[in-house]
Amino acid sequence: MEAYLKSGKLGESSSKSSGKSAAPKKPKSIHWVEKYRPKAVTEVVDQSDVVSVLEQCLTGADLPNLLFYGPPGTGKTSTILAAARQLFGDMYKNRILELNASDERGIQVIRDKVKSFAQLTASGVRPDGKPCPPFKIVILDEADSMTHAAQAALRRTMEKETKSTRFCLICNYVSRIIEPLTSRCTKFRFKPLNENLAYERLAYICEQENVLIDDNDKLLNLLVERSGGDMRKAITWLQSCAILSGHKQKIGLQHVQEVTGVVPAHWLEEFLKVCKESKEFSALDSFVKKLLYEAFAVSQILDQLNEKIINSDEFNDKQRTIIGEKLGDVSFHLQEGGTEYIQLIELGNSIMKAYSIV
Amino acid sequence: MLLADKYRPKDFANLDYHKEQATNLKNLTKDGEFPHLLVYGPLGAGKKTRITCILRELFGPGVERLKMETMNFTTPSNKKLEIMTISSNYHIEVNPSDVGIYDRVVIMDIIKNVAQSQQLNVNAAREFKVVILTDVDNLTKDAQHALRRTMEKYIANCRIIMCATSISRVIPAISSRCLCIRVPAPEESVIVDILQSTCKKEDISLPPVLAKRIAQASNRNLRRALLICETCKVEQYPFSDDQKIPELDWEVFIKKMAGKILENQSIETLSNVRKDLYELLSNDIPAGVIFETLLRELLRKSDVSIRETVIKEAAEHEHRLVQGNKQIFHLESFVAKFMYVYQTFMQEMFGDF
Repeated sequence: MEAYLKSGKLGESSSKSSGKSAAPKKPKSIHWVEKYRPKAVTEVVDQSDVVSVLEQCLTGADLPNLLFYGPPGTGKTSTILAAARQLFGDMYKNRILELNASDERGIQVIRDKVKSFAQLTASGVRPDGKPCPPFKIVILDEADSMTHAAQAALRRTMEKETKSTRFCLICNYVSRIIEPLTSRCTKFRFKPLNENLAYERLAYICEQENVLIDDNDKLLNLLVERSGGDMRKAITWLQSCAILSGHKQKIGLQHVQEVTGVVPAHWLEEFLKVCKESKEFSALDSFVKKLLYEAFAVSQILDQLNEKIINSDEFNDKQRTIIGEKLGDVSFHLQEGGTEYIQLIELGNSIMKAYSIV
Repeated sequence: MLLADKYRPKDFANLDYHKEQATNLKNLTKDGEFPHLLVYGPLGAGKKTRITCILRELFGPGVERLKMETMNFTTPSNKKLEIMTISSNYHIEVNPSDVGIYDRVVIMDIIKNVAQSQQLNVNAAREFKVVILTDVDNLTKDAQHALRRTMEKYIANCRIIMCATSISRVIPAISSRCLCIRVPAPEESVIVDILQSTCKKEDISLPPVLAKRIAQASNRNLRRALLICETCKVEQYPFSDDQKIPELDWEVFIKKMAGKILENQSIETLSNVRKDLYELLSNDIPAGVIFETLLRELLRKSDVSIRETVIKEAAEHEHRLVQGNKQIFHLESFVAKFMYVYQTFMQEMFGDF
């Protein structure tokens, strides 16, 4: 927790201590993702439900235990950190305990560290006399990677200490959190960001950072579209593009393609063509080998292939079902660590089968 | 010294291919800004070479003064671990999957260690250190999750460069935090050129026909191409055009095994094959590779009509293989299944005679 604060505020504190020489250099090396993290709850884009609850809490209402879930890059961690900062001001450091998957958090840690932190009472006034809510917040980031035993250990702790502590669980998949915990929390789903809002944010960052973009609208939209509502990804990509293209240079289409890892359309067409025309195994074999040498992300290939097959008129519904089912299987197998070669061969084989049905 | 090491390019100017990418990477190091990187590409495509180039560009020749160190870790359950690291004043390189399922501890400890100590040297070019993690695709899911927030937390003091063969095993949460750099394998013609120029430097005359054949045999893996070239030289020099190119012995071994399976489907063959599989596994050939080569060999020689079933079975068995922890069972079960499918097919074909 303290380390986070260190890194979060390092820019200011070290430039103060180390004097002038470091000062002009430091701000440059802040990542845009960190730099443009929302500082206040109201700045959080497009998650109106949770924002309104937190706003009420800021004006004095009670805060329930929270469970945030949703895809990566939608602002879960940002929201709670911003809220904590606003609630507690300078005391923020002492009032939250942030634990994430990189920290040890087996059952022992829940029993000792979390429990003892939760048992401390918090006063209702800040040192400077202003009122503040009389509780502390325990943030369990990436809670879906906690063991079930550890989650179970939380149950009673959560209830017993409601007086002095609120819990905020953050996860990608709500299904991995055990039922007794979800029923103790108010659930908020973070939805993927609306494309227009994401576009606005990117455009704002471009303006702030003096980024020049070739063919502005189209490229930014491409970034937004490919990020699939993941704001962090979009910003990282934008920054990567900016760095790759060099200082004061315009970002071009080739940079965007390089960074987002989009597979050029001709590969997909060739894949389908090979499946359609060849009856021989060797053709498919050598094509898949060739494709793998290019080192594209197979998940990306699957994504694009899926889109292509759904939108093309070449296939009838039955063929689409066959291919779609196999796409799902292959994607699952790959996630679990299957070999790319075998899985792609399998996919190609199904597409061949689909072609043979008319 | 091996040719592959001797002539490994040390900076961007000397790279032989992907020149455009090289300029991009150079731009990357110029600015004060430097993101986490995830470099991925097939074997022998030059991922490591590019990483060393980046390091050199970032920190100057100081990074080449390397020292090997053994680091000790203790897991929460008090198990002692040892792992080799290679480090210079500016970076540390480690392969966390060396310690198997305990890789999470290693990652947490190393990154926290590095990140908590600030760069003390005032004259250093950068205010961060670099942690290089190799083989990220072999990390356990646990370790990858551990990386997520750590990468953000300690970004002020340390950057992580990761190196992976395939990106599909890296969880999206990590790849979305990095700048992903794809390093495709070099084209065959490029390999031929490099072979020629390397041999020239060594004063070896390499006939173009042989160079082409070596390039074809190398599977577009530059390192392997150079190694093959060296082996050929040991076997016969001066070169001739139709010289035999040595195959990898495990590949030959698997081919033989496939031959056995196709020839006779019986319990004896199965127990024979089991011995072979054990032999391969105990020689540290990854099960995935065995599977891939075996499948390719079997498919090449079997009929179209059973191909579909075989591929389907292969995909399923391979999936189970990575899930389970006894590899031999799954390999063997696939072999048995293949025998069954093949034999049924043969009986149907020739049953009438």
